[in-house]
Amino acid sequence: MSATTQSPASKQPDAGKATRADRAGGQAGTTGLVSWKAGVGLGLLAILGTVLFGFLANTKSAGFRIAEARDPNASSTAAWITLAVALAATAYVGYRWISHRREGRGVDRWIPATTIAAVVVLGLAALGVARVEKITVPSMALGWTCSVLLLALAGYACFLTVQRRRTPGWLGGLFAVVFLVGFMIWIVAGGRDPEPSISLGGLMAGAVTLAVPLVFGSLSGVLCERAGVVNIAIEGQLLLGAFSAAVVATVTGNVYVGLISAAVAGALVSLVLAVVSIKYLVNQIIVGVVLNVLISGLTSFLFSTLLTADPEHLNKPGRLQAVDIPFLADIPIIGPILFRQSLVGYLMYIAVIVVYVGLFHTKWGLRVRAVGEHPQAADTVGINVNRTRFINVLMGGAIAGIGGSFFTLVSVDAFSKDMSGGRGYIALAAMIFGRWNPIGAFLAALLFGFADNLQSIITIIGSPVPSQFMAMLPYALTVIAVAGLVGRSRPPAADGIPYVKG
Amino acid sequence: MSEQTTPDPQATGHDSAPGPAPTQVPGGTSSEAVASDVALDTAGGQMPPSAVPAATQLPSRDKDGEGSVLHQIFTGNAMVSFLSVLLAIVLGGILMAVTNPKVAVTAGYFFAQPGDLLTEVIRPYTALVQGSIFNWAGADLAAQLYPITETLTVATPLICAGLGVALAFRAGLFNIGAQGQIIFGALFGAYVGFAWHLPIGLHLLVVILAGLVGGAVWGGVVGLLKARTGAHEVIVTIMLNYIANFLLLFLLTTPAFQRKGSTNPISPFLDSTALFPELLGPQFRLHAGFLVAIAATAFVWWLLNRSTIGFEFRAVGANPSAARTAGINVARSTILVMAIAGALAGLAGVAQVSGTEKYLSGGVAASIGFDAITVALLGRSTPWGTFFAGLLFGAFRAGGVAMQAQTQTPIDIVLVIQSLIVLFIAAPPLVRAIFGLNPRKKKTTTSGTAGARTGGVKSGAAA
Repeated sequence: MSATTQSPASKQPDAGKATRADRAGGQAGTTGLVSWKAGVGLGLLAILGTVLFGFLANTKSAGFRIAEARDPNASSTAAWITLAVALAATAYVGYRWISHRREGRGVDRWIPATTIAAVVVLGLAALGVARVEKITVPSMALGWTCSVLLLALAGYACFLTVQRRRTPGWLGGLFAVVFLVGFMIWIVAGGRDPEPSISLGGLMAGAVTLAVPLVFGSLSGVLCERAGVVNIAIEGQLLLGAFSAAVVATVTGNVYVGLISAAVAGALVSLVLAVVSIKYLVNQIIVGVVLNVLISGLTSFLFSTLLTADPEHLNKPGRLQAVDIPFLADIPIIGPILFRQSLVGYLMYIAVIVVYVGLFHTKWGLRVRAVGEHPQAADTVGINVNRTRFINVLMGGAIAGIGGSFFTLVSVDAFSKDMSGGRGYIALAAMIFGRWNPIGAFLAALLFGFADNLQSIITIIGSPVPSQFMAMLPYALTVIAVAGLVGRSRPPAADGIPYVKG
Repeated sequence: MSEQTTPDPQATGHDSAPGPAPTQVPGGTSSEAVASDVALDTAGGQMPPSAVPAATQLPSRDKDGEGSVLHQIFTGNAMVSFLSVLLAIVLGGILMAVTNPKVAVTAGYFFAQPGDLLTEVIRPYTALVQGSIFNWAGADLAAQLYPITETLTVATPLICAGLGVALAFRAGLFNIGAQGQIIFGALFGAYVGFAWHLPIGLHLLVVILAGLVGGAVWGGVVGLLKARTGAHEVIVTIMLNYIANFLLLFLLTTPAFQRKGSTNPISPFLDSTALFPELLGPQFRLHAGFLVAIAATAFVWWLLNRSTIGFEFRAVGANPSAARTAGINVARSTILVMAIAGALAGLAGVAQVSGTEKYLSGGVAASIGFDAITVALLGRSTPWGTFFAGLLFGAFRAGGVAMQAQTQTPIDIVLVIQSLIVLFIAAPPLVRAIFGLNPRKKKTTTSGTAGARTGGVKSGAAA
């Protein structure tokens, strides 16, 4: 492990910088221990990949359908404009990157990520312009290509370790992408059809939709934990949000009132969490776990007694329809994925941005993070620690509550028992995966949404892997992430510790 | 304001805490006491408070101070536990009352005949007692005693899994993963039970052993990850619960586990040699697994209070840094305690497959793993406390089924009552405040968050 310490505020380890520093250290011969974790881990995964994608591949082809546009003309215009914008963005960011490297300055943290995003958008727009409707690839050939690439990357990682140099961040990223491509091709080719194919657009759009409650939940977690309160009660907040949205929307006949009530309900759960853990200093994990049980019991009880007795008047909320954003929704592939969402979906984007900017670019955020890292110091400079925590926990609950309304106002238009189905815990994992950062949590939630949706699609087309293992995937991924990323991800220092003014 | 009134820190002395430790004199007013408890419990603000604050496991602090014997009884931990249960039952009753359509009718003439309203609320609870302790409406003695045996049967896995959770709590670990450990214990135990054919006596022993190993493996993985990589056990255990569940569902579709000729995902019945003998004859479900649960409780008591390993567990739980300084191998303790906790939960799995259910199905663990957390919390993480908490929750479960059948009150109310009990027990000051039992309570209503505390400090200074 490198001795580089990071402030908790830094969301991404600066891969380029760290690598250079380590390389310099390596050349000077002063590096201490270099972990074999990366080399061995990647090696094992590469061998697994080779067995699956290479030896177990079949001779079928794998097809990836690109979602069709509703209006070809508008779509074509949008595609050309997107292509131009993406080209310009790629050129600009790429230029910044190269010039920074040439001048020997540190590359800004956001530049590599933005470049990759711009290139992806560019590629998708190009597909749209070319009006490609389906990509078909031979699974055997590409499977072996991926396997060889994986083995090569793992070998390089081992080589670096032998050289006492640290494995750079991009290597892991590239490995993950190649593995994902190989996996997708293998699993699609394993379908029942003679020429199996899946809709790529549908897969992605579904992933974003499934990620909505996860994103809200993990944002709730970020808000609470950055202020030093562990929020296990996300599950309960989602569930009560869903329940309240369903009942209030039905009673008032207005889905928007239902949405607001969901936020209130989430905040209510948070209020109990805040009072019991901040005022009465009870262990926050316990309060969270107990609150989840309480909300599950309460909503199930009320559902069985009241809602099933009179569903017409209590459990028939309307639906929040998906709204197209003009023009943006016409962009091929990207448009339907990102800009054909319900109100809750758009609120998700807004929430991610607001929480991110709020936490890392405002005075308020600095205070919150100070409270989460070192409450004594924050207290010394006049920040009211417990009030900050109280407010943050309430806000987190409101956000998670809105996420809960997704279940009853967007996904299904009625409440049912335990309908959040453990997603609060997944949101918790997404938050940790995303290193207590709103953007990271958002991306991690997308990953979980992707795995979730992939699993349901795979079950439909049939797969070589039993569906239970596919369902296991997000959870196994979390364990690996939590165990493997440690040292690089660290919770706020005062997380879970109540503050007693002394 | 508390800076002025806080006495010298000599009383508690946190030499292990490098940071500015909040120090309070123990034995003062309740708010001060809470603050000092928390300071002690969090090693001076360095770690999260333990599941069950150390102070509540000790005899009452008021012994050397002011409080009379009567005062101790009324503010002691036993009283708080009792009041918590009472409060939860009352709140559950209110919930049932407001959702019961009949009550709405009777409430209309409440002032004319208040008895009717009360009857409607008490009816479900009566059914609960009838279904869990003693059924006075039963035809013969067997029918009358059936409920209590049912309670003990349901309580058996709760006690075992609760012990697992409690043991981990004492070592400072949150074992949310009893669910997965039960599944693994049941998986191993059931497989040995139906696939191997061994002589009577030996077979059951091997089944129990297999269950212990299964649970220990699944729990040990958590300890290993925690010790080697620092992965937080709460996340790991939650995830492993899901993984174990899906693994079980998968295995039940494979020829090795699925019952021959059945399309349902259930295993064959266990051999009769692999089953716990029935204690009171075939008309009762109560099986020898309950005796094993008692033995397990005694074992955990011995482990925690009389063995070196147990002492190490408790030391690690109280303050890992101090334990490390004292030469205790914290990593080894973490792995070991999780393995033992897993084994205890695995025992609960065995009690399910080889006692109650007699075969393995997807729902073998039901919600025992999660109930076990509340059981351990209610039992304040002590072995015998957990035992009795398991009995209580077993009674709730068994009675809840009867209540649902008789009065159509959904069994979910049991979940509400259970979680309320734990919530109240975890916050004794809250319960004391509700019942007005706070010693020398002088409510100075200052700012919301720190109101009670500063108020307490003030009155402490005035004394």
